[in-house]
Amino acid sequence: MTANGGGPRTVSTSESSRSGSEFESDRSVSDEAPLGGPDASETILESRDLDVFYGDEQALQSISMEIPEQQVTALIGPSGCGKSTFLRSINRMNDLIDVARVEGDLRFHGKNVYDEDVDPVALRRKIGMVFQKPNPFPKSIFENVAYGLRVQGKDDGDVEGKVRTALERAALLDEVEDQLDSSGLDLSGGQQQRLCIARAIAPDPEVILMDEPASALDPVATSKIEDLVEELAEEYTVVIVTHNMQQAARISDKTAVFLTGGRLVEFDNTNKIFENPENERVEDYITGKFG
Amino acid sequence: MSTDTEPLDLSRDGNDVGTLGDTVARYVFFACAFVTVATTLAIIVVLVDGAVDFFSQVSFVEYFTGTNWSPRAADNPSFGVLPLIWGTLLITVGSALIAIPVGTLTAIYLSEYASPRVRKVVKPTLEILAGIPTIVYGFFALSFITPVLQTFFPGTGTFNAASGAIVVGIMILPMVSSLAEDAMSSVPDSLRNAAYGLGATKFEVSTNVVLPASLSGILAAYILAISRAIGETMAVTLAAGALPQITTNPLEEIQTMTAYMVEIGTGDASVGSIGYQSLFAIGLTLFVMTFLMNVFSMWVRSRYREEYQ
Repeated sequence: MTANGGGPRTVSTSESSRSGSEFESDRSVSDEAPLGGPDASETILESRDLDVFYGDEQALQSISMEIPEQQVTALIGPSGCGKSTFLRSINRMNDLIDVARVEGDLRFHGKNVYDEDVDPVALRRKIGMVFQKPNPFPKSIFENVAYGLRVQGKDDGDVEGKVRTALERAALLDEVEDQLDSSGLDLSGGQQQRLCIARAIAPDPEVILMDEPASALDPVATSKIEDLVEELAEEYTVVIVTHNMQQAARISDKTAVFLTGGRLVEFDNTNKIFENPENERVEDYITGKFG
Repeated sequence: MSTDTEPLDLSRDGNDVGTLGDTVARYVFFACAFVTVATTLAIIVVLVDGAVDFFSQVSFVEYFTGTNWSPRAADNPSFGVLPLIWGTLLITVGSALIAIPVGTLTAIYLSEYASPRVRKVVKPTLEILAGIPTIVYGFFALSFITPVLQTFFPGTGTFNAASGAIVVGIMILPMVSSLAEDAMSSVPDSLRNAAYGLGATKFEVSTNVVLPASLSGILAAYILAISRAIGETMAVTLAAGALPQITTNPLEEIQTMTAYMVEIGTGDASVGSIGYQSLFAIGLTLFVMTFLMNVFSMWVRSRYREEYQ
């Protein structure tokens, strides 16, 4: 964990950025500050000059940032800014896309996950994921939650206890307690998404990635998911993509703002980003002048 | 465009040809649909009519429980259909034992493992296999499969059930793999991603997510293929022979229901004779069997319908 170019706070549309002068001042600020800002906790994920390409198109440009442990980090920005791509590069879900190519480092506990000797399957067991649209398996509620335990060989011993604990943490147990054997698809959209969260946390990963987990849900279901995210951060590191800025402001500790072209423009404590952003374009985006 | 000066006219423009065309088209389409349905009904009527004549001379009990099928024995003809059903069963079960595992694994490979380029080549190739005339498969069995069997099992007859079962298995393989692949490909990627996100391997995603999610389509593929094996005629006539007997040795000659129909239908049975009438009884039996399979397939489809959104 060494200080890198732009530091963890402001950052780095890299040295070649057209608005370079703006970043000079930022950099001096961040150089004085300790890593991760004043309330720093351990860094669990660190991105270093990460580029992602889809075929010839570059989706992420030299992303460098450090994501602190057991906090909620929100990734915000307009559509097509690369925030979901960044999320998917953390647990190597981009590997599943034939044309995707990654350059640079993405370190998890200091280990570059793109090293030759890293098995993406093992990585994904440490870094769970919740998707934009609820995607329960066409299996029972119980089997949905138990699936991760089974594929990870954690299904010896008290599977039922683990399933119930996961459902409880996902604030779903009370609603489904007497129908664990019925299909996960019989639940409402909001319940399905909480089921997917239970499924992700059941094998006890360290990080949970969430890709706009509430965007397909109604406001009541959304607020339940938001409450849940804040609680999850007590035990897990949560990285959440959202295009809802109020949501990011409500639930996150840190916010990273991506703007068009796959650049990370500003990364700081959420309060700072929303109250006093360094970057003019970030301010314009936050205040709704574009986006 | 000076339409604003003209009054709006929505009445027919006197082009009665267009109206007439609509009416004619309607009747032409109806006629085509009617011909299809009427043909099916006619076939059933003919089958039942012939079978009624047959069963006025041979009892149901003898037909369905007799173990000797010798309709042309001069002094004491015998009409126990079990040897023919047994022959059909041997071929059907044998071919299913080949086509179901190989076809399913092929489908998994094509849907989950193959690159789009490989899939683009292999799938049409498989479908071409389905277009080869079945008589060609029969010759292939006689001139290749049987000699190979004879090399390994010297007692193998020129005509034998194993050769027939293998060739029918190869024949229905494209049906199993192609239909099962369609079912697997229609499983949404969101389910695969969910499993990958939980640290599942490709094998686990294929076997415990994609396979169960596409189960109804896969089972329907099996059933359709089995029903095709039951009705298969030319290949088994050539490969498996014409000796109706109940044997557990697949290397012996047998006769299927369809092969018997070929034998009588192309032979010298005179119209109205009991041998001729037996064609209708056998035909009806076959029809009921494949019909039940198709009903079963529809039931499976609705029972295990893919529920994912």
